[in-house]
Amino acid sequence: MAKNIAVILLLLAMGTLFYNLADNFQAADSLNETATYYAENTADEVGTANIVTAIVVTYRGLDTLGEVTILFLTAAIVAFLLKGNTSGVERETRDSSELLKTAAGVITPLIFLLGAYIFINGHLTPGGGFQGGAVIASGLILLLLAKPESKAATGLFAVVESISGLAYVALGIAGIFLAGGFLDNSILPLGKVGDLMSAGAVPVIYILVGLKVGSELAGLLAKFHSMQGDK
Amino acid sequence: MDYGFIALIAGFALILLGVWGILTQKNIIKIIIGFSVFDTGLHVVMVGLGFIKGRTAPIIGESVSAYNAVNTVVDPVPQALVLTAIVIGLGVTALMLAYAVKLQGHGKSLDISSYEDLKW
Repeated sequence: MAKNIAVILLLLAMGTLFYNLADNFQAADSLNETATYYAENTADEVGTANIVTAIVVTYRGLDTLGEVTILFLTAAIVAFLLKGNTSGVERETRDSSELLKTAAGVITPLIFLLGAYIFINGHLTPGGGFQGGAVIASGLILLLLAKPESKAATGLFAVVESISGLAYVALGIAGIFLAGGFLDNSILPLGKVGDLMSAGAVPVIYILVGLKVGSELAGLLAKFHSMQGDK
Repeated sequence: MDYGFIALIAGFALILLGVWGILTQKNIIKIIIGFSVFDTGLHVVMVGLGFIKGRTAPIIGESVSAYNAVNTVVDPVPQALVLTAIVIGLGVTALMLAYAVKLQGHGKSLDISSYEDLKW
């Protein structure tokens, strides 16, 4: 009872705070200084059509590197926590239906293709490395659902992930020597805004991020999958 | 009532709902779902703050020219921040789920009240 009252009081207090925030909220009618700089200079400096991509990959590229590191740490910690099917007992699995198996065979390549499209076009359209990687991981989990007995190629995931992570950092360091600084994208020609081959190193970085995120998420999901039904 | 304000209200409602879930649910999986709802509410609020009435997505194309972007796009910075926040939220959720799997393996229960080791 006392707990319920405490919960209600806390929610009321938060609600009051939020009410005040919403009540005093003044919608902006122009961009602030930082956003103005990004909107004005993205096309000339970075060459991406998608301004959000320019901020994520180039202006705040170091944040994205940290973000990728956090995802890597998460995958490592989950792998550590869930390591080993120690019981040694083969898990009994029911055969998945013919429908699921056939559909997975047809759809999975298309899902991979869509994921690759999303991260290759990250500098032109909404989307990018993280979204494309998540789509690819969803294709892999479909494969795992259709063929539960198959051993997910976790070793391959680890290799892809390590290579793309290393290449990302190497591209960043190349920016110090060939361009303005760490993760500067102008180590490759900027090209014309809106072209597929434009924006310097941004598409390359997003392809690497997509591969890294895809393999990391797939590895995470495979870990959880392998723990299922394990006592 | 523009869309930014509606997003703000909806985000706050989601945050309150998520906190309520975290505080009152007994099942650990439901607590984690509560956290995810809380997280999503924060994202909605952040994107809503960057909204500017009558403007479009910050992508240079047919409707946004490279030299008039300042007057035609919404604030791209909160969107980039939310992109980061989504990934961090996913990492935290995955860690919590892994911990839940571990707890289930040890105590054979997903009910939070059956774990009293840390209760004072």
